[in-house]
Amino acid sequence: MDEGLRSELSKQGVFTTTLQELYNWGRRSSVWPLNFGLACCAIEMIAASMSRWDIARFGAEVFRPSPRQADLMIVAGTVTKKMAPMVVRLYNQMPEPKYVIAMGACAISGGPFKQGYNVLKGIDRYLPVDLHIPGCPPKPEALLHGIMKLQEKIAAQPLTGDGRPRHLQADAPAEFPVPAYGPYDLTPAKNETLWRPAALERQNAA
Amino acid sequence: METLEQIAARIAAAVPGVAASVETNPAVRAQSSLVVGRDHALAVARFLRDEPGLQFDYCSNVTGVDWLDATLKEKVRVKRVVDGAEQEFEETVERRRPGYLEAAYHLYSMALRHGPLILRQRTANRVEDTRLASLTPIWRSAEFQEREAFDLFGIVFTGHPDLRRILMWDGFADFPMRKDYVEPDDYEYEPTPHDAVLEKARRHYPVEGAA
Amino acid sequence: MSDAPPATADAESIAALSTGDLVPDEFPDTPPPPAPAARLFEVRPKPGVAESDEGELLEVSIGPHHPSTHGVFRMDVALDGERVRQLKPVFGYLHRNHEKLGESCSYLGSIPYTDRLDYFCSLTNNWAYVLSVEKLAGLAVPERAEYLRVIAAELTRVLNHLCLVGFLVHDMGAMGTPLMYAFREREKILDLFESLTGARMMCNYFRFGGCRCDLPPGWVEVAQRFVDGLPAFLDEFERLLNENEILLARTQGIGVLSPELAVNAGVTGPMLRASGVNYDLRKVDRYGLYDRFPFRVPLGDHGDTYDRYMIRILEMRESHKILTQALRDLPAGPVIDPKAKLRGFRPKAGEAYGRIEAPKGELGFYLISDGSPNPYRYRVRPPSFVNLTILEDMCLGHTLADAVVILGSVDIVMGEVDR
Repeated sequence: MDEGLRSELSKQGVFTTTLQELYNWGRRSSVWPLNFGLACCAIEMIAASMSRWDIARFGAEVFRPSPRQADLMIVAGTVTKKMAPMVVRLYNQMPEPKYVIAMGACAISGGPFKQGYNVLKGIDRYLPVDLHIPGCPPKPEALLHGIMKLQEKIAAQPLTGDGRPRHLQADAPAEFPVPAYGPYDLTPAKNETLWRPAALERQNAA
Repeated sequence: METLEQIAARIAAAVPGVAASVETNPAVRAQSSLVVGRDHALAVARFLRDEPGLQFDYCSNVTGVDWLDATLKEKVRVKRVVDGAEQEFEETVERRRPGYLEAAYHLYSMALRHGPLILRQRTANRVEDTRLASLTPIWRSAEFQEREAFDLFGIVFTGHPDLRRILMWDGFADFPMRKDYVEPDDYEYEPTPHDAVLEKARRHYPVEGAA
Repeated sequence: MSDAPPATADAESIAALSTGDLVPDEFPDTPPPPAPAARLFEVRPKPGVAESDEGELLEVSIGPHHPSTHGVFRMDVALDGERVRQLKPVFGYLHRNHEKLGESCSYLGSIPYTDRLDYFCSLTNNWAYVLSVEKLAGLAVPERAEYLRVIAAELTRVLNHLCLVGFLVHDMGAMGTPLMYAFREREKILDLFESLTGARMMCNYFRFGGCRCDLPPGWVEVAQRFVDGLPAFLDEFERLLNENEILLARTQGIGVLSPELAVNAGVTGPMLRASGVNYDLRKVDRYGLYDRFPFRVPLGDHGDTYDRYMIRILEMRESHKILTQALRDLPAGPVIDPKAKLRGFRPKAGEAYGRIEAPKGELGFYLISDGSPNPYRYRVRPPSFVNLTILEDMCLGHTLADAVVILGSVDIVMGEVDR
């Protein structure tokens, strides 16, 4: 619809919208996170839901204990190799549409504990991460900023065409394989279809 | 509290056949330790807990330590006859020390408010014979900490009620806190200023000149 | 009511739908129920299962994702109806390899890692570590730095106990309000930490031989205002909770821990003192300058969950006394020993075990140096890990809902339990 016409109509008390906008407005305004804390960042996540920061202003204060009722998984803290299968399983149990925020350096890349033998070097090896929030731990403001960015991302998703979200694509996977405990490491060590390591770009390549 | 030598003497008098030796700690003299053989560790521990003047009723910390095979250099003074006169020389002698695993127990007394007394047990070697006596029957606080030493160091505590892996998963095959542990290589390339990580990631770089 | 269907018919139809756990109350040995509509059923063993004392046990794995287990803690519980018959804690879901990392970085480089052990109390973790290193190397600390350490540690203690009480009553079903009150005060303390150290949670403030930097201007006045307001807040908190009927019913006589078992199992901190054992490292070891501050050590009588709750409230009041005095007497002077060498620090060979009274209990660091820049062995003695040894003993015979509250009263933080 023409923007001028829409503006003109709104002056006359006629509000117009599209189904896509209405649908995305509804989706983005009540993102219910999974009540899921792993480590230090979880405390800042709790702080964000308390009175000073009040995550309720963004419609995301309803922390659900059950993955069946949650839209958003905030991976708040270090994912260890012992915990990683559970994280993937919880993600698989969430209904679509679902989003993942990797909160804090540990969830992004292993952070300060990257060199630990039991630390997963980033949850994006197993899950499709929509948003990374850096920090160790990120302040609650950073988490709120992340939620706002996620809302922008949801609002911008077209419902048709190639860029449509995963839950509207019949053949897109909603579940991802759960890694198993091996004798030395998780097997597989990463989900190859989901994550590829950054390629080394060489300048002056012959 | 009595000195460690006095306690060792009392132990030797109370527990027959015990081999308890004092090992001095050069950094903190008050935290020297008492090394006991694994066959008598349980009896020594019971003595330390129940003896009226000692009453080490509280075992604070239990941990394993891994000592690799090492070549120790010691300076020894030797006398030699040079040009008909006896002179004293300082010589460096190399001594091979086979590796072993060690369990250290930090004991305190809550009743008498003294401590710490550090009790150590040592395994015969690092590979086949890694058994030590569990002191969980004496101090419950050793229960999880001995399990942890078993999990991370591979020290087998005989007499422990529930010796399973505690921090790593059950099927894990290695002992990660040992000094010769090799961690799984799951570092991929990433642009990082972190030297140690960059060094590990460098193994995954494409070979220079290939392709 | 005469045309209503008889209660037994109703019972049969419902029993047909049930999976077998519910059976109609038709056993001849039970007296007829007084009000049929109110108590049609009671839980009986499934037919075919031999009636033993324990009946058939139901095994439940609680965690590692469970909203009330304070992080990624897991308990494998065997239940007889609602009663806990066996409880095995399972650890390791947050095993971040602190000790291995501590052995691969320098003495200075380990301080930020200690922040992340017990992530509520980064400053007391710092203190335990630097105390061990100071013991190992024989360093002295200037008086002003000791005062700053006491102030920081007592603020941390207040912060930890506040959050613990908030989470404890949250576990009992008081969703929100007490926790929000606790976090409101926590934010005030975190503001103090942020202006002092630059970080809210991961303070990284203590150094061997002192503290990293001096106070910013005006800090003492702001801290003083907070400390002066603390008793009024505690009064409010206690009025809200102390005599609350639900809190009393859920905590009194629940999870009793005898002093003999507590000592033998190495339980330390408020849990030990709630069982009536007078052992506070601030009094026993007199580390820092704690012998200068008159304060009392609160002790419990019963060793139940209520005592463990109350001990924390009373300890906050004692911390308030220490804080008031420390802020008043804070001397001038350097905050770090000018001779202390932080980078390239190589203590001579030897070992040291240093311990402090962290809010959760005895936090100890055991360091073995071989003369190199990294410790040869770096061991953390975590209080909440050892305190969990007797979790099963406290929970046996209580209901599953009580087990959650008992766990809450142990005060665990997984970063420290699993390291």
